[in-house]
Amino acid sequence: MRILGISAFYHDSAAALLVDGVIVAAAQEERFTRKKHDPAFPKNAIEYCLEEAGITMADVDYVAFYDKPFLKFERLLETYLAFAPRGFLSFKTAIPVWMKEKLFQKDFLRKEFKKYDPDFDWMNKLLFAEHHQSHAASAFYPSPFEEAIVLTMDGVGEWATTSVAIGRGNKLEMVKEIHFPHSLGLLYSAFTYYTGFRVNSGEYKVMGLAPYGQPKYKDLIMEHLIDVKEDGSFRLDMSYFNYATGLTMTNQKFADLFGKPVRGREGEELEQFHMDIAASVQAVTEEVVLRLTRSLAEEYGIKNLCMAGGVALNCVANGKVLRDQAFENVWVQPAAGDAGGALGAAMTAHYHHKGEPRVADTGKDFMRGSYLGPVYEQADIEKRLTEAGAVFEVLSDEDTIAATADAMAAERAIGWMQGRMEFGPRALGGRSIIADPRSPKMQKILNLKVKYRESFRPFAPSVLREDVAQWFDLDGDSPYMLMVADVHKDKQKEMTPQQEALFGIEKLNVPRSDIPAVTHVDYSARIQTIHEDTNPRFYGVVKAFKERTGCPVSVNTSFNVRGEPIVNTPEDAFRCFMGTELDNLVVGNCFLKKEDQDKKLKLDYKNAFELD
Amino acid sequence: MAFIAELWAFIKERKKFWLLPVIVVMVLFGGLLVLAQGSAVAPFIYTLF
Repeated sequence: MRILGISAFYHDSAAALLVDGVIVAAAQEERFTRKKHDPAFPKNAIEYCLEEAGITMADVDYVAFYDKPFLKFERLLETYLAFAPRGFLSFKTAIPVWMKEKLFQKDFLRKEFKKYDPDFDWMNKLLFAEHHQSHAASAFYPSPFEEAIVLTMDGVGEWATTSVAIGRGNKLEMVKEIHFPHSLGLLYSAFTYYTGFRVNSGEYKVMGLAPYGQPKYKDLIMEHLIDVKEDGSFRLDMSYFNYATGLTMTNQKFADLFGKPVRGREGEELEQFHMDIAASVQAVTEEVVLRLTRSLAEEYGIKNLCMAGGVALNCVANGKVLRDQAFENVWVQPAAGDAGGALGAAMTAHYHHKGEPRVADTGKDFMRGSYLGPVYEQADIEKRLTEAGAVFEVLSDEDTIAATADAMAAERAIGWMQGRMEFGPRALGGRSIIADPRSPKMQKILNLKVKYRESFRPFAPSVLREDVAQWFDLDGDSPYMLMVADVHKDKQKEMTPQQEALFGIEKLNVPRSDIPAVTHVDYSARIQTIHEDTNPRFYGVVKAFKERTGCPVSVNTSFNVRGEPIVNTPEDAFRCFMGTELDNLVVGNCFLKKEDQDKKLKLDYKNAFELD
Repeated sequence: MAFIAELWAFIKERKKFWLLPVIVVMVLFGGLLVLAQGSAVAPFIYTLF
């Protein structure tokens, strides 16, 4: 049976294809259109999925959409009604969009699919899953567990903002939900807005900023903004927020509570105050998530936990859940955001709707390392790079790995494009920028000369699975870079009192460990474990780097600049290489050095993309 | 027509008959806004969707 899952029209459109329950392909539309968080109908992603499986739309048995538009509309109307006459401005803005497009999504989807197949039987083939059901399905069905508690938390879907389900075999039963407007995701987004970052993409920055601050305002938040019960359920005091009826996330009362106005985007300096605010909301989030997971573990006595939804991308909180050990095993869907909804919708159709059997007894998950996107054959890569004007050497497999490891050891920044593209927001060694984590200057170089992003943002390490426990306080798999743990005590370097006294971001320049480029100011690191079975090539490079330097760790950051979607094609990779100060590019077996390239092909990438 | 039938089926399924007059009024009102406005641009705050 072939099932195509779709998420679209809000942010991060994506498509995923299941063939007899196996995830054959999954990709986000932004990677093809080069528009970050592209919400459009995922035409390119769908075409890629069909091509990967070698089928046409006529061969697809079902199409599953990841949420229910009418239910969302119901929530919208009831919210306006509850708050009326406040919210008229928001109503005036939102209703025309609904009247023109969103209410007629089914019709729109039908028309789009008819373009592929005029005989498309939309009455029977088009299925809809609820938003949180899609998230929960994406967390449970591909997980390695036969039985698990499934916790999903995000901004909002239709009504649910937090939901708990129990997964057993091919069954997934929702057991409780917290409804809009009470939302942990929206609380975090409110602070994202307040600290001057973009809602729905700047949440990572708030998380990255948190270690520079002290959670001074945690009690204030817990006292005024959110009422958290012992079991982790919560309610927000809506008098501080504006998102239910207004066009901003927070209001004047919110700003008055903290004593400062909303930080203007990009213009205003980040101050210690904003770092303390970030630390505080991060601490509150962790507190809520931990109370939830502890009470769920106690209530149901199930040892496995699966998580998805935007809040599950908060890897600092995930790391704490793992170390808390309320659950023996924790698995987080790598595409935990809305893109993953496409996969969840398809899996809901396969297991829930069609009742197909599911056996999870291998101890491994079904995401295949999340390497589910396009791949390019060597001959194709050479042709594409040649047409783009690139100068490159073609090396053997062994020499490609050796040359890359040598370049890393020589402190060169490398664009690394190999195999299938990752599904989800993280680069996992398929479309990554890799570098030597021991280099004290690498963090600054990568932030300012390659990624063109804020200098406070740390980089993540990828470490050989067998070496993770020697280098970090983690002894388990973290293949999707969704767990944060500290750099191992033996590798840490204590800061002098003078260094301790440095102002937030200045601290980042003090080498705090043997691998300073991937160590945050609080000694934490967002870890990816590299597994030979899912990515032998990336494993090979880091192993070769270890042989040269004794260090089994690489810097791993997504292959893009700030505001750009991660590269997909060899041409995207070459453009990004020529638009930044990357020193090498390795695509398949093609090895490129910046000094060999035609200077006329240099691009200005610094301002090429709208800031995120 | 298919749209009206689906909306009706949805209201029956959710047992939200009380929403019907609200929907009619809001849809009429929304329709006026659409006519008055010309183009619909999705707002920035995503809870509005």
